[in-house]
Amino acid sequence: MGIVLSAFTIGLILAALTMGMLISFRMLRFTDITVDGSLTLGASVAAITIINGWSPWLATLVAVFSGAFAGMLTGLLYTRFNIQMILSGILMMTALYSVNLRVMGRSNIPLLDTKTVTGTTETIITGVTGGLSQINIMGWPVSVSDFSVFVTALVICIITALLLKYFLLTHLGTALRATGSNPQMVRAQGINHKSMTVLGLSLSNGLVALSGALLAQYQGFADVQMGIGMMVWGLASIIIGEALVGTRSIGVTITGAILGTIFFRLLIAIALRWGLNPNDLKLVTALFVFIALVAPIWVKSLRKTIWGGLKNA
Amino acid sequence: MLNVNNLYKTFAPGTVNEVKALIDVSLHIEEGCFTAVIGTNGSGKSTLLNAIAGSFKPDHGRINLFEHNITNWPEYKRASLIGRVFQNPFAGTAAGMTISENIALAMRRGKRRPLTAAITSRIRDEIAERVKTLKMGLEDRLDNPIGTLSGGQRQALTLLMASWLRPQLLLLDEHTAALDPKTAAKVSEITKEIITREKLTAMMVTHSMQQAVDLSDRIIMMHRGRIVEDLRDEMKARVRISDLMQTFERVQKLDLFDQSVAEILEQQFV
Ligand SMILES: Nc1ncnc2c1ncn2[C@@H]1O[C@H](COP(=O)(O)OP(=O)(O)OP(=O)(O)O)[C@@H](O)[C@H]1O
Ligand SMILES: [Mg+2]
Repeated sequence: MGIVLSAFTIGLILAALTMGMLISFRMLRFTDITVDGSLTLGASVAAITIINGWSPWLATLVAVFSGAFAGMLTGLLYTRFNIQMILSGILMMTALYSVNLRVMGRSNIPLLDTKTVTGTTETIITGVTGGLSQINIMGWPVSVSDFSVFVTALVICIITALLLKYFLLTHLGTALRATGSNPQMVRAQGINHKSMTVLGLSLSNGLVALSGALLAQYQGFADVQMGIGMMVWGLASIIIGEALVGTRSIGVTITGAILGTIFFRLLIAIALRWGLNPNDLKLVTALFVFIALVAPIWVKSLRKTIWGGLKNA
Repeated sequence: MLNVNNLYKTFAPGTVNEVKALIDVSLHIEEGCFTAVIGTNGSGKSTLLNAIAGSFKPDHGRINLFEHNITNWPEYKRASLIGRVFQNPFAGTAAGMTISENIALAMRRGKRRPLTAAITSRIRDEIAERVKTLKMGLEDRLDNPIGTLSGGQRQALTLLMASWLRPQLLLLDEHTAALDPKTAAKVSEITKEIITREKLTAMMVTHSMQQAVDLSDRIIMMHRGRIVEDLRDEMKARVRISDLMQTFERVQKLDLFDQSVAEILEQQFV
């Protein structure tokens, strides 16, 4: 149960990252590698502020803004200075590596015995259970502190998802969604597609930084390497989510992103349990995304070959 | 109303691919006038419309729309005054979004886009009501992705979107060219209806002489980046398709003549 609960918790925490990438990758059609840097940025900003005695909620909020700022810069590199999409992200990601080291003052910060956003939930749950340190969930003993983390992640994830859904259905959100789909049409409707791109990347990286801030608090440290490969993880989660529930509406797509992330974390947990070497994890993830990207094309051409063969016969 | 002064545009200047797409084009269009723009392929019709809409900056020249000098306005800013329908039926709408979402975007063309719900039941009713006037049965499919519609249906919707908020100027670039004859006729009819009802000022590029003669108040013919013929008022009223064909041929013969003269001169003197 412990392993499942922790997979769920990490999944819920990283769901913010996936939701953020939904904006950049799916809606703006912007392959944004800034993610690898802004996740760490969120973690390091939260970590340094928390060990300096800030409230963990305020720390998390500041982390979100720092990520949004990074995303805005990527957007400006792309729109104002006409730097290629991928390169804008790479520049930002590279710059953020040094920024993160500067923010933390070293390559990692442990967050032991510090307050985290889980504190409030834990107090409430301990109050309800009357001070027990373990509770029963479907017959499994679970420590109150683990359960509190899970509940906190769940609440934050749901609130984020609802806000995102609301935003994407507003006039502004609709304009943002159209920008990636048809920039020519967007301009013809009087929308500045460049501002939309900057706005979208800000929001996206703000959500990514939220993930980073929560992840640092969950795992008890921030590390300058923790963002590496996160973009591909997010991609994998998006793809799994779309396979699970489709993209019929905004609500469904967002739900898919969350479920996809959790599912992906469960897969990883299981694979590691079965003896997958943790060092191979990123290779396996990259292979998975590769297959998910090309499989639909293969299936299509295969189908064509078969049908073509039948017709010719 | 619309004033285009000495407009020049050269694509890929100084290369082997250099094209002088607009050469000293000047044009004045009065309010409420429906102008048809005809001409051979590559004569610069789309380039003229794109220049007015702001898809690129002209090399030289000035464009005024009402009291505004819009020459340096970016495309999205001009959209507050200009409605557009493109030649490509897929260019005017966002495929993955629903019909109502696409229209909701057009309902705020050139206006602020607030953080309130784009589709409310009131807005939906309004959309359904106006979509019904197209008589295509699309009012029952408002929540379908617009990408699932045919080119003709999408073009009719784009036209509706371009004119949802009354534009000061409506630009139509061969907007029926990619459609089958029946659908083209239908969209053409809707065009006429909207323009007459709203008393719109419009420019329409077309290859159909019939369309030009039937729909417009004024006909402009372009050739090789220049306006070579301008038929208005009584001239336009009297003009027939055969006259236009003749003018076409005359212009093209003149071209051939120019070319052969050039060749002869070249042979003799170079
Ligand atoms: N973006 C561009 N880059 C380079 N050349 C261009 C560009 N746009 C147009 N041209 C060239 O400018 C000339 C005028 O093109 P334009 O599209 O205005 O013609 P048109 O009159 O609309 O023709 P058609 O009837 O085929 O649509 C053509 O020779 C075309 O090749
Ligand atoms: Mg054209």
